[in-house]
Amino acid sequence: MDLASVEQEEDTQKGKFLTFQIGNETYGIEIRFVTEIIGLQPITEVPELPEYIKGIINLRGKIIPVMDVRLRFGKPFREYNDRTCVVVVDCGNLAVGLIVDSVAEVLTIADEDIVPPPDVSRGRNKYIKGIGKVAGEVKLLLDCNRLLLEDMIEELAQL
Amino acid sequence: MTGYLAPDSLLEMYIFETGGLTEQLEQTALLLEKNDDFPASAIHEIFRIMHTIKGSSGMMGYTGVASLAHAIEDVFALLRSGTSPPPWSTSHVTDLLFESIDFMKTELAAVKSGCAPNGDSADLIGRLHSLLHAITTNNQSALSPSEAESLQAYRAVIHFENGCEMENIRAYNVLHQLQDLAETCTSIPENIIQHPDSIKQIREEGFTIHLQSRASYDELHAHLMSTIFISKLELTMIEKENEPATAAAETAASDVSEAAPDAVPEPQQLQQPAAANTPLSPTTSGAGMPSKISVQISKLDKLMDLVGEMVIAEAMVTQNPDLVGLELEHFGKAARHLRKITKELQDVVMSVRMVPLQGTFQKMNRIVRDMSRKLDKEVSLVLIGEETEVDKTVVEQISDPLMHIMRNAMDHGIEPASVRQQTGKPAIGTVTLEAKNAGGDVLIIIKDDGKGLSKEKLLRKAMEGGLLHRPAEDLTDKEIYQFIFHPGFSTKEQISEFSGRGVGMDVVTRNIESIGGSVSVDSKEGEGTAVTLKIPLTLAIIDGMIVKVGSSRYTIPTSVIKESFRPVARDLITDPDGNEMIMVRGQCYPILRLHRHYKAQTDITLFTEGILVMVEDKEKVLCLFADELLGEQQVVVKPLPAYVQRMKRIEGLGGCTLLGDGNISLILDVGGLLQA
Repeated sequence: MDLASVEQEEDTQKGKFLTFQIGNETYGIEIRFVTEIIGLQPITEVPELPEYIKGIINLRGKIIPVMDVRLRFGKPFREYNDRTCVVVVDCGNLAVGLIVDSVAEVLTIADEDIVPPPDVSRGRNKYIKGIGKVAGEVKLLLDCNRLLLEDMIEELAQL
Repeated sequence: MTGYLAPDSLLEMYIFETGGLTEQLEQTALLLEKNDDFPASAIHEIFRIMHTIKGSSGMMGYTGVASLAHAIEDVFALLRSGTSPPPWSTSHVTDLLFESIDFMKTELAAVKSGCAPNGDSADLIGRLHSLLHAITTNNQSALSPSEAESLQAYRAVIHFENGCEMENIRAYNVLHQLQDLAETCTSIPENIIQHPDSIKQIREEGFTIHLQSRASYDELHAHLMSTIFISKLELTMIEKENEPATAAAETAASDVSEAAPDAVPEPQQLQQPAAANTPLSPTTSGAGMPSKISVQISKLDKLMDLVGEMVIAEAMVTQNPDLVGLELEHFGKAARHLRKITKELQDVVMSVRMVPLQGTFQKMNRIVRDMSRKLDKEVSLVLIGEETEVDKTVVEQISDPLMHIMRNAMDHGIEPASVRQQTGKPAIGTVTLEAKNAGGDVLIIIKDDGKGLSKEKLLRKAMEGGLLHRPAEDLTDKEIYQFIFHPGFSTKEQISEFSGRGVGMDVVTRNIESIGGSVSVDSKEGEGTAVTLKIPLTLAIIDGMIVKVGSSRYTIPTSVIKESFRPVARDLITDPDGNEMIMVRGQCYPILRLHRHYKAQTDITLFTEGILVMVEDKEKVLCLFADELLGEQQVVVKPLPAYVQRMKRIEGLGGCTLLGDGNISLILDVGGLLQA
């Protein structure tokens, strides 16, 4: 692929977010991180991992871990149903499936409609990169890197 | 030259070629030193290698290596033209050569790991120059005639092998290398690097150089033939009176080539009658030799993965639950055919990844040489079974352990010559390095005829280090010897350059265990020590027993399973701490409940309803409790996802695999479970 088409592709992906539902909130994730959306697969549990990593799944021969985003955000566990989806994201060569309540749509949010998250001293919004406003609704835009890597950074810091 | 012209593929090529060349060089140098003689063929070889390294390093912008190679090349150029007998000592030359090789290796390692090579070769170069000076003063007479030779004009047309890529850079390299030999160089096409069409032109018409040189025809021919990927070379002498014509034709030709690169300049009128006799040079890959290509290991990994997936997919099709109870004669036939082919394909892919141990073994020659000198012990190294093949990843992992064991054998094992003679042994010690196949494993045995291990000494040290947990009388010889693999354990009172810190053997065990192998020692005091490394042929596919625990499936490598049985209630024991054990033939073994360890839901929690699998690792035994055995099969080992690995190192898990029905099964690492 030459440079021009790469740029073009980045252009078409720019400002687009896949939105999904967790509880009452709508979250958005940059479309360029998303590889695919699949239904729930049988999960193989792996011992000794944090609770929010439910285990590993077989994605057509590729084995990837799945993360329950609900548990990751410290919300109570909810039984999976037919609306439950796995959003496969690829971020920094790490492929991870995100288990979400349901997937909503792909939205284009212009830069000027995104505001930085308010400074909450408790630091609970560490995964949120910005807040998007679309037709009077609020979408919480996730920072993919932090969502996947934050724990490791914390763990490393503890060492 | 600067590095900006170096795309990744060129860098890879450089690392591969230079790595191979330095190894070749090392072998040649070892041979030279052994025979204490410099045959012309060896000198030529070293000269050629140095020349290639100089050229490619120069091209990549690694000036340190390039100038060092240049200095060595100078020395050997002189040796080549020198008279015999040589007035210098061979060991002086080889010593310098070895040091230079080490320098290049370090630099190459730096390049490989992505850093800029920054070693300073000035000291070595300085010593090489003084050597050169010493030789020149001794050799003045031999040199002058060649200096006196007048300039001779040549014309060379070089064709590169098809598909060698980057012809323009290669051509530039040729020109660059010629700078030392030739006075004036002009090339067609000109401006090879900048000119966008130059690659095409070189591919189609070859690369033409006009040059004047003092070198003889043969010398020049040999020099040009050392170019990498050269497929055809026409070298013609041009007589003096033809020179103006040559120049004219040359300018005309380059004009033509610039105007229309496709038009072929007619070279015929320039060719001398003598040129007819010029033999067409054979291509670098001789017709009789099996041709080889180098492939990136990552591509092979990918291929291996795909084949592994295909094996799974095949099982998914042929053992599909939808087929149960159907009588399908044709399907059965086709399925068997498919199975046969996938099996063959799997075998071929596995064999592609196999490499002989030869290279690794021969590296040991160098270690023996260095250590013999430093320790002043004469040792001969015997290599047996170097053609034994193991998986590429395995080879990479055993190089370090082998080195440590060799060092140990030479430093601790082999006695000084005086002591050896007193005990009636030959003054020259022998270290045998042997490899052989044994079932699914490869055994590598390092045996020395030294003084052997002293049990008393080992026990005393173990006691001092607090490693003794049982009375010394209860330990078997093997267990006592095993102490030498403990980190920080050393019986040596004095720390030497080579050993005594007690880290080496610890590294050995860790490296070998990381590839699923094991290390054992056997020794006889006064007669010698043998260290045996047992390593698996391959890491990618293992035989595994699939066990069921609730809805989960676990795979236990068959190699560690001793037996499996359904326990009888009266053999089961629970101690006051709640530890569960079982008595088998008078021996008591601990039990690990897999469902509890992995927190899997299962209805079978009574031992008498499930099955116990007895596993052994390093003479420690454990019984794993599972619901039932599902059967044995070959499984493709996949590492746990990178994300999980980064998060935590899970003890007792060796990876995972896909089963025929698409489900994932975790592979147990029994060594890890025993430690947990």
